[in-house]
Amino acid sequence: MEENKLTTGTVTGIIANLVIVEADGPVSQNEICFINLAGVRMMAEVIKVLGNKAYTQVFESTRGLKVGETAEFMGHMLEVTLGPGILSKNFDGLQNNLDTMKGTFLRRGEYTDAFDYDQAWDFTPLAKAGDIVVAGDWLGEVKENWIGHKIMVPFKLEGKFTIKSINGAGTYKASDTIAILTGESDEEVKVTMLQKWPVKIPIKGYVDKPRPFRLMETGVRIIDTMNPMAEGGTGFIPGPFGSGKTVLQHALSKQAEADLIIMAACGERANEVVEIFTEFPELEDPRTGRKLMERTTIIANTSNMPVAAREASVYTAMTIGEYYRAMGLKVLLLADSTSRWAQALREMSNRMEELPGPDAFPMDLPAIISSFYARAGYVNLRNGAAGSITFIGTVSPAGGNLKEPVTESTKKVARCFYALSQQRADSKRYPAVDPIDSYSKYLEYPELQEYLAEHITPGWLDKVLDARNILLRGREVYEQINILGDDGVPIDYHLRYWKSEVIDFVILQQDAFDDIDASTPIERQRKMLIKVLEVCHTDFDFESFEAVNPYFKRIINVFKQMNYSEYESEDFNKYEAELEAIINERKVA
Amino acid sequence: MQTSGFKKIYTKVTQITKATCSIQATGIGYDELATVNGRLAQVVKIQGNIVTLQIFSGTEGIPNNAEVIFTGKPPALHVSDELAGRFFDAYGDPIDGGPDVQGELREIGGPSVNPVRRKQPSELIATGIAGIDLNNTLVTGQKIPFFADPDQPFNQVMAMVALRAKADKIILGGMGLTNDDYLYYKQVFDNAGALDRIISFVNTTENPPVERLLVPDMALTAAEYFAFDKKQTVLVLLTDMTLYADALSIVSNRMDQIPSKDSMPGSLYSDLAKIYEKAVQFPEGGSITIIAVTTLSGGDITHAIPDNTGYITEGQLFLRRDSDIGKVIVDPFRSLSRLKQLVIGTQTRADHPQVMNAAVRLYADAANAKTKLENGFDLTDYDERTLAFAKDYSNDLLAIDVNIDTTAMLDKAWELFGKHFTKAEVGIKQEFVDQYWPKD
Repeated sequence: MEENKLTTGTVTGIIANLVIVEADGPVSQNEICFINLAGVRMMAEVIKVLGNKAYTQVFESTRGLKVGETAEFMGHMLEVTLGPGILSKNFDGLQNNLDTMKGTFLRRGEYTDAFDYDQAWDFTPLAKAGDIVVAGDWLGEVKENWIGHKIMVPFKLEGKFTIKSINGAGTYKASDTIAILTGESDEEVKVTMLQKWPVKIPIKGYVDKPRPFRLMETGVRIIDTMNPMAEGGTGFIPGPFGSGKTVLQHALSKQAEADLIIMAACGERANEVVEIFTEFPELEDPRTGRKLMERTTIIANTSNMPVAAREASVYTAMTIGEYYRAMGLKVLLLADSTSRWAQALREMSNRMEELPGPDAFPMDLPAIISSFYARAGYVNLRNGAAGSITFIGTVSPAGGNLKEPVTESTKKVARCFYALSQQRADSKRYPAVDPIDSYSKYLEYPELQEYLAEHITPGWLDKVLDARNILLRGREVYEQINILGDDGVPIDYHLRYWKSEVIDFVILQQDAFDDIDASTPIERQRKMLIKVLEVCHTDFDFESFEAVNPYFKRIINVFKQMNYSEYESEDFNKYEAELEAIINERKVA
Repeated sequence: MQTSGFKKIYTKVTQITKATCSIQATGIGYDELATVNGRLAQVVKIQGNIVTLQIFSGTEGIPNNAEVIFTGKPPALHVSDELAGRFFDAYGDPIDGGPDVQGELREIGGPSVNPVRRKQPSELIATGIAGIDLNNTLVTGQKIPFFADPDQPFNQVMAMVALRAKADKIILGGMGLTNDDYLYYKQVFDNAGALDRIISFVNTTENPPVERLLVPDMALTAAEYFAFDKKQTVLVLLTDMTLYADALSIVSNRMDQIPSKDSMPGSLYSDLAKIYEKAVQFPEGGSITIIAVTTLSGGDITHAIPDNTGYITEGQLFLRRDSDIGKVIVDPFRSLSRLKQLVIGTQTRADHPQVMNAAVRLYADAANAKTKLENGFDLTDYDERTLAFAKDYSNDLLAIDVNIDTTAMLDKAWELFGKHFTKAEVGIKQEFVDQYWPKD
């Protein structure tokens, strides 16, 4: 990055968005360059260097590009700009602000600033002249929407610095110098509210990354109760199309207990992003009473946008997440879908005529996925604060077959597995998370077990495992009943099956489109699970198996009415009493 | 295709394969069109001074001294109101004997809409078919395919939907359409007196397969003209996208690309998405809705074509012959319209979502009962009732010959619930049960 003169080059080959450029100077891997096309500058990234030939992937359509056009290399990798004003914005995969672009259609070579550099912010210093600081330390704070946005020592700085001067409280533009730092060899660094960072390199600047230990509440029962996500944890949602991946992700983005949400819409449908644009400014975050959009940032690189930028979009999203984590905030990062990102890698690898791995994906796919997931996590910062990135990606397995490279590579690294099942989706049992195949490794963490016992109720883990067990036994007897017939098995089998159905209908299934049922606070989840388990452990008296089905249908129906009612409202209590009465009809004393 | 100005003619063909030829040339733009001995071709690869051209109609009979003329332009279509009522081939040239269309020449396969400039689809499309309106409601700006085996009547259903949908323009993109089916569409639209609203771009089985690759972009360029420039509601029918994908695989194979799943090119997802994502609702009023057909082989939806399609489109519709009633129905289990949540219960009656789900759930119970019956087990009273319900539901609601409005569909569903089940078995929110449960 030190060269004074930038390298330039000439286009010598074009295969779709792979453009080969002959360079006249040094070129580095992943360096950004701009290729000229009749006055339009198109951004591209170097993905392979062979002698003086740089293979670049262009983030735009190359229609009309000719051999002999010129290119300029920028001397740095793909970077994002970090600073106040990221929240509530809609960016494309390269952090261009979609809202400030002109016209209805995306124009080639139109790059817009991520920020309004002239926007003024109320700055409060958090450090004073004379303080010794390193990269990532907090210098001051501005209010961005409702969060205290920390202005930090730029992450690119290496070594210790002394604050020579820092501005007092006041209103400054994002591009104003707010502090001057002096390095160990007396060099001076001017710090503004903005800094740049290359997206493919993780932002460090924390002390350590302990194992996640806190529950990340999502309001989705099958996650919180059965397969809890930990704050700073990782998870993934594979599922065939139509199994409700996107509805589940949207539910998470609306309800999860996070300070901010970053959504990377990576190669998915544009209308799904539009849904967020449209609804989030209206919807309220039940925890803070603020509009959901205030805590949401969208990185939209939908399936019809340039493929190469799709790959960049997940890194852009992760880098923004890391920036906010360094402020001590809880970030939830959602990527829909990581398979599209893998496919973008495959398309380029294919054009470069690399030897393919399984299903024509590049051989290093598992390594790329695992180092990406590793960027999430809970971190302790130098000043004692803690921040986290919880990452949940969706995977769209080809043909719904979970034995494909992207799913398998992801399964090795993600700690929570929310498998969506076609069968459950077909029978409209939503969210269609398979209760038997799915898991949360965090349930095995003593740290989290302790947290659950303390914050929900002592012995909570045993209750969860008990419910899982009942579900498993229910599935086993269901198969038996199917083989032997209703009257070929003891009544007890029917009871076992129907008890598992109670858990299924009342705990696992949840109506994402009902105002009340859509989100269940953990206290309510505790109450419902205990109640359901009580039913499961009650001995009932039946003279014949024919009476079992209608009886349990009644129980389920009343439970469902409870789920639809305001918690502990008059209706809720009425249904609970009704439930009690039904149980007593057949309860063995 | 007229050529303007002085065009250099090249005659040094260095390589010929079944679909492509390479020549030495300079100053050529990527994606540019050319003619090779009069046949239309497009630049697909440039390496140094070697330009590879994909010849749409195939390379049969092309000699290595063929005359190659570059046009300097990517494929384009003349757009204006004159398009209405006309039939074109894959290149946008008239095949109905009429005059050439005058108007602005617009590049096909143009840029995509900025996602923040889209509007959330919000207008219900009523088709009168309960399998669609009740269970899988369509919305303007949506993209949805029929997944169907070749023997199913998808062309009839699609024509029916198109005519009932009250669109300002219906654009038919026919790829590998048999001549009989092409004439069928022409006749149906003619009989309905709708010919002036129809624009067709047709590649029949008689034309070379690679030409098909131009059809969706031609159709959608015309669609964008009417939807964006003229603010009209446009319905685009694409049939059959499986044949389109097959043409993609032919080309990628000829270009020595490494195939991924099912011999399809690795870029299949992006290639299909570029087409389907043209479906849009513009805030200024116009919209493009895409209804496509993806034929399956033996109902296999895990094949790369339907599989990638399913991830792109906003749902899919399955047709199935129900042997119990002897009619074709829209399969309630496998069909899905993702955008239905935007309109059901708001533009339709409030009980719509719950009635829809309850009916499908009970229909699923019937399917279980049927399995039991086939396995030779005794049925419970409940099983018997679900079977009776399924038959009525199939006949009165799911069959494609039903043509009633949504409120009538809901009333019918309640009637069937009341006839066969208790309130607890149906399990719908109490307030709706109180309001709509049939009183006897």
